[in-house]
Amino acid sequence: MAKITLTNLAHSYFNNPNHDNDYALKPLNHEWTDGTAYALLGPSGCGKTTLLNLISGLLTPSKGKILFDGNDVTDLKTAARNIAQVFQFPVIYDTMTVRENLSFPLKNRGMKKDYIEKRVKEVADAISLNDILDKKASGLTADIKQKISLGRGLVREDVSAILFDEPLTVIDPHMKWQLRTQIKEVHKNLGHTMIYVTHDQTEALTFADKVIVMFEGEVLQIASAAELFERPAHTFVGYFIGSPGMNILPVSIEEDNAVLGSHNIMLDAKYKKLTGKIELGIRPEFVTITNDPFALPVTIDKVEDVGHYKIARARFQDHPLNIILNECDEIKSATTHVIFDKKKINIYQNDWRVEP
Amino acid sequence: MKKTRNQKAWFMVLPVLILVAFSAIIPLMTVVNYSVQDTFGNNNFFWVGLEWFEEILASDRVHDALGRQVTFTAIILAIEVPLGIFIALHMPKKSGFWSSLCLVLLALPLLIPWNVVGTIWQIFGRIDIGLLGYTLDKMGINYNYTQNALDAWITIIIMDVWHWTSLVVLLSYAGLRSIPGPYYQAAKIDQASRWAVFRHIELPKMKGVLLIAILLRFMDSFMIYTEPFVVTGGGPGNATTFLSIDLVKMAIGQFDLGPAAAFSLIYFLVILLVSWAFYTVMMNMDKEADV
Repeated sequence: MAKITLTNLAHSYFNNPNHDNDYALKPLNHEWTDGTAYALLGPSGCGKTTLLNLISGLLTPSKGKILFDGNDVTDLKTAARNIAQVFQFPVIYDTMTVRENLSFPLKNRGMKKDYIEKRVKEVADAISLNDILDKKASGLTADIKQKISLGRGLVREDVSAILFDEPLTVIDPHMKWQLRTQIKEVHKNLGHTMIYVTHDQTEALTFADKVIVMFEGEVLQIASAAELFERPAHTFVGYFIGSPGMNILPVSIEEDNAVLGSHNIMLDAKYKKLTGKIELGIRPEFVTITNDPFALPVTIDKVEDVGHYKIARARFQDHPLNIILNECDEIKSATTHVIFDKKKINIYQNDWRVEP
Repeated sequence: MKKTRNQKAWFMVLPVLILVAFSAIIPLMTVVNYSVQDTFGNNNFFWVGLEWFEEILASDRVHDALGRQVTFTAIILAIEVPLGIFIALHMPKKSGFWSSLCLVLLALPLLIPWNVVGTIWQIFGRIDIGLLGYTLDKMGINYNYTQNALDAWITIIIMDVWHWTSLVVLLSYAGLRSIPGPYYQAAKIDQASRWAVFRHIELPKMKGVLLIAILLRFMDSFMIYTEPFVVTGGGPGNATTFLSIDLVKMAIGQFDLGPAAAFSLIYFLVILLVSWAFYTVMMNMDKEADV
């Protein structure tokens, strides 16, 4: 287990990157605290796998340094970094039994026989593989195979971090939840530093203590699930997290007043003078339908029932606006009025959140 | 799902059935016909029952040819399969100029007609004009494949290895290329040795194509005719007279149609039996892997 420090870490797949866009990962400074579960979240091609491969040592960064507990490992190969990785699809040794799979990394490191036996038993207990230790690994289901590959990382007591690269991709939907819970359990009991790459926000938000949202090679925000929901640092975070994502409306700001077209929206606090692209972000959960004729007029195009709640797809002039409806809300006509919960409004300048 | 039942579909298969009948079944039946009859010319045949089969099964000549055949096949399999895997493991992993070049070079011997391969080596090994034979002779090595049985065997085995190892290489290489990168990465993380990577990742993943390679090489080498016939004609003496060569000698050289027919049927059954055994083993291994 270790603290991982990234200083000015950047990577480009080009030999001579000279433009910002040439970087798959833009310069990043961050300290990953020991024993925390992180999730790297972002759409495909946002650089999250690049970042993971840099940490695991499969890629050598174009710039910057990686430190494990203060030791520079930038130029060390994967094997020397002492990390464990669970890949997108299960990687197991077909020829071996589950027990042999789990003891393989220890055997290769020349550990003593009774120590190996003890460790394998402990790990098998932790991830409930006890009953099948002597089965051939090749015939098992994908979720168990993923557990075996996790177990191969866990058997090494000194492992610095466990990396997960979208580990639930090939798992049946009903098993995903179970396996994720088990990984979380392992984290709670054994306290490894875990880094979990995914493009599924539910997975990221439920698994991690801290979520790192990435977009186009840039880290937009590192925060807890609640913070990402309440105070997205970037409009993309607001839009990407949540279902549906945050509503973004172009406004101009006059102290504690946001001007949207010819309408005024009261804000919770005063803002200083802002220039550039100014936008207001409000989550659909905090938009309420009202009878007040002076509130914001919207046109409702359709209402989608997603089971436990309903989403109204509406428009204010040309700007789309999603509203999550309350149980009792009834849409009587296509045109109605809405109010925003002013405590939940975020203001963005050139896509980045500004503090009042 | 409801299956459509339409017996007319059988008519679609009919052309193939007719073709197969003419190309395989009818010729095969002629052979069966010959194998149970004897003739003294003039197209007069009479029934002899299983006499020819008994004769062939007890024949020392056939036993010797079978012995040579099994030895030959065993030797070339023992050389070509490990050598093929070895070469495939050392080919460039990434696709690009060098891997394409390797593939083209390796594929070349496979594209040469068999009798041309025979002719190439027949000339190559001659001590008067052949590069190999002449060089060996000048180096003072006593090499002559037309007179020395061992030299003849070595020549034919090297020729077969040259001709067919590529097939094993290409199949193994395809098998290797299909192994996803994370397997190697996981092995690195687990600090697996090179041997362990081969034993626990590469070999199991290549198993399917390797068994096909072995099966193909077995069948082909067990039926080998053209190349040794061109190089040595089965000699010196009978030293390189394999089953096919012996069969042709019997059928066309001596015109013993009855015994030759019985011989070819037994030959056919042996190949069928071994291939079937191979196939069953393969299927069982697959099943084991799935259970």
